[in-house]
Amino acid sequence: MSSIVPAPAADPRGGTGTAPLLEVDDLRVEFRTRAGVVNAVNGISYTLDPGETLAILGESGSGKSVSAQAIMGILDIPPAKITSGRILFEGRDLLTLDEEEQRRVRGPGISMIFQDALSALNPVYSVGFQIGEMFRAHRGMSKQDAKKRAVELMDRVRIPAAAQRVNDYPHQFSGGMRQRVMIAMAIALDPRILIADEPTTALDVTVQAQVMDLLKDLQRETGMGLVLITHDLGVVNEVADSVAVMYAGRIVERGSVDDVFQRPAMPYTEGLMSSVPQVEAKGGRLVPIKGQPPNLANIPSGCPFHPRCHRRRIGPEAAPGRDCAVDRPELRLVVPGREAACHYSEEVLGV
Amino acid sequence: MTDPQQQVDLRHDEVQAGTTTVLGEPSVDVTDARQNSLWSDAWAQLRRSVIFWTGAVLCVLFLAMALFPSLFARGVDPRDCDLTNSKGTPSSAHWLGFDQQGCDYLANVVYGARNSLLIGVLGVLGVLILGVVVGAIAGFYGRAIDSILSRVTDIFYALPLTLGAIVLLRVGPSTDIPVINTRGPGAVAIALALFGWMTAMRLVRSQVIAVKSSDYVAAARAMGASDYRILVRHILPNAVAPVLVYATITIGVLIAAEATLTFLGVGLQPPAISWGLQIANGQSLLRTAPHLVLFPSIILTFTVMAFILMGDALRDALDPRQRS
Amino acid sequence: MGRYVARRLLLTIPVLIGASFLIFAMVYALPGDPIRALAGDRPLAPAVQAALRDEFNLGDPLVIQYVKYVGDLFQGDFGTDFRGRPVLDTILLRMPVTVKLALVAIGFEIVIGIVAGVLAGIRRNGFFDNVVLVSTTIIVSIPILVLAFVSQYVFGLKLGWFPIAGTSQGWYSYLLPGLVLASGSLAYVARLTRTSIAENMRADYVRTAKAKGLPRKTVIVRHTLRNSLIPVVTFIGADIGTLMGGAIVTETVFNLPGIGRAVFDAIRSQEGAVVVGIVTLFVFFFIFFNLVVDVLYAVLDPRIRYD
Repeated sequence: MSSIVPAPAADPRGGTGTAPLLEVDDLRVEFRTRAGVVNAVNGISYTLDPGETLAILGESGSGKSVSAQAIMGILDIPPAKITSGRILFEGRDLLTLDEEEQRRVRGPGISMIFQDALSALNPVYSVGFQIGEMFRAHRGMSKQDAKKRAVELMDRVRIPAAAQRVNDYPHQFSGGMRQRVMIAMAIALDPRILIADEPTTALDVTVQAQVMDLLKDLQRETGMGLVLITHDLGVVNEVADSVAVMYAGRIVERGSVDDVFQRPAMPYTEGLMSSVPQVEAKGGRLVPIKGQPPNLANIPSGCPFHPRCHRRRIGPEAAPGRDCAVDRPELRLVVPGREAACHYSEEVLGV
Repeated sequence: MTDPQQQVDLRHDEVQAGTTTVLGEPSVDVTDARQNSLWSDAWAQLRRSVIFWTGAVLCVLFLAMALFPSLFARGVDPRDCDLTNSKGTPSSAHWLGFDQQGCDYLANVVYGARNSLLIGVLGVLGVLILGVVVGAIAGFYGRAIDSILSRVTDIFYALPLTLGAIVLLRVGPSTDIPVINTRGPGAVAIALALFGWMTAMRLVRSQVIAVKSSDYVAAARAMGASDYRILVRHILPNAVAPVLVYATITIGVLIAAEATLTFLGVGLQPPAISWGLQIANGQSLLRTAPHLVLFPSIILTFTVMAFILMGDALRDALDPRQRS
Repeated sequence: MGRYVARRLLLTIPVLIGASFLIFAMVYALPGDPIRALAGDRPLAPAVQAALRDEFNLGDPLVIQYVKYVGDLFQGDFGTDFRGRPVLDTILLRMPVTVKLALVAIGFEIVIGIVAGVLAGIRRNGFFDNVVLVSTTIIVSIPILVLAFVSQYVFGLKLGWFPIAGTSQGWYSYLLPGLVLASGSLAYVARLTRTSIAENMRADYVRTAKAKGLPRKTVIVRHTLRNSLIPVVTFIGADIGTLMGGAIVTETVFNLPGIGRAVFDAIRSQEGAVVVGIVTLFVFFFIFFNLVVDVLYAVLDPRIRYD
């Protein structure tokens, strides 16, 4: 039985009694372009608890980066437009704050690290200068004090010979070291939430592991919430507590990592899991998901995944009100601790 | 992530979100018919560009003036002069009046287009030949050859266009070298090309270097294609876009340069008809007969503008980042 | 950094040698008569010709000629005109005028060009941006020759706002010629700055700066401006060459008794040695100025220093 009205935002983790750090409620973001309106984010909602690592999993073009940037408030407002939703941080809706108040949240409250550290760091200033900026801008520290704190931070993120390297420039560091510099910048003011947008995609596998370990350790030390945006299933499996799968700008499944990965409740997630090459199954064929992700300017009607879904029910096969090409499935509680946006999740799960 | 659709989506998502995309290296081989979207997109954008059409119209007018001057001059002979008409002001019969010699000025200004066109086109041809050849060789073979050729380019760079051309044209007439020792359009074109090829060389060289290490070149090499074939068939077509823009704008620049050189006295000589000469001759009469300087100036400006506008429009059309 | 400067200095030497050789070759090494080249149509008595041949070492092999030529240059001998006056004297006499003109022009170029470019680039596609775009396209298309005469006619003769020619009104006399000389370069600087700023504002590191919660002014001034000025600095250096050619025209039209005007006069009066001498000086100055610009570039962009 599906419902037209979205289920109330019941916490799939069952709630521990502590208030969530972050609550995103029905966030929608559009882009007005010459080619038309692009619906990048179409109503996503989730919460993040202290100490929790939430992975937002999706292919490119799913809107995951845009949603993160909307939370940070760094979208270019034309052409982007946040058309509705609330972003509750520490009890306040960030979208109702004025520019200056929003700015003060960035850095001390919520901070973000990006995929390509080489282009994300300013090439003409030393890393010490850029890390120190956090202290000078937000805490009014002097240049010397800021630099001292920068060296401390570089130590903390395990950059060797920090004191000597504080005056070096980004291009003088290796990829993994640069990413650590970005992490140092982001945790400088002990933020409550760290958003990591594809932090390891540009790195070698061994370096990836080191950086993810560092992030987990820092999280344990500080109890901050970590939002990990990625398309890498392996990383999600290793590091995240819960996962939200995004497709066409919406969350289509949510739950704990173990649950979702072992028993997906939505055909898209099913497809993702089967497309991972299994070392044991050598000699078999790879199983990709048929078709292409949708053009966000032209999202298919009904369930956006239906053109590619092998379980879809259209027309006469469909149950009333659950025609995959016509009726859009809302994110709903399927079993305790799991939400999915599919008319036939029970079948997928096998309950 | 090689699916074209995925790439489009990724670019779409990221570009709209305000990040930059790394569109530096051409990962798309334009000689592959399926992928020549660069040129068809460019043309689609050019067609809609007011700047392009303004420039194109002016350019067509200028070309017509140069190729069929008698039409624009209303059949008057520019050298049919009568001193009694000296410095006559514009009238309905003689739209631009007369110059000091009493020659019909409309005819003279119109006929001046021919030399400018000749020099502009020949000059740019020279620039392209020198620039493309030197740049392609330097970029393709690299290392020692590149070092030497780049140093040579640096040396020529040290002589700015106008200054180098002044010296060459000044000593030219007394040398025994065929075209250079005349004081004709050929000499001016050669002088301009000789001191104007360097930027084209650098453009071609950097494009060749960027394209040289791409996959389709490696594929061609793996199939045993010769250096020459790789260079000409695979690398140069992909390297040509910025050079095309530069060439268009340079025609305008060289036309202006010729007028300047002629004005200074080292370019064309009477009895040649050139806007530079007309401006030089009218200089002392600016107060009393300003039309002598003004009319060739206006035509010169519009001619130069034609090529600069077209070049600008072409640059915008070919630049993937400008298309938003 | 020191190593970078040393390397640039070292690279300048072959350019200096090559450029001076190029000029030398054009005058003395091409098939034909160098004396004719320098004297033009001026009739010369055989005795004078013989003396000149001796003076320019034309009897010596080419290499020796070149060495002596460079030797002369080092001693400040840029040649003599046919009245026996050293070109160097002419240059020194007229230099102050050209320097003043150059300062005014470069001042206009940098100040108006960069400010206009920044304002246009910050608000891309805004009203000001479109004004800058249209006006710079038009200005760039007008040859300095034309602009000089037209502005002389309109602002000098007709409106009387500026002196038509000469240096009688001190620094004020240099304003109009300086603006005319700077016009094309100014337009390019404005466009370049605009594009550079617009591009840099969309750069990843600007997004990072915003994500760090830095104030908007810091983001623009510290993270966008400096990065954007790097290509502009390079352009200004290379553009000095165009300015030098333009100075010849501007000084001629506005009758400013500077070095550029001297070139024009020398062409008119068939004083080949003066033309060549002044051009040589211009070229040396151009090379030196570009060296300074290269060093400035390394100061602005650390990535270059450690190549």
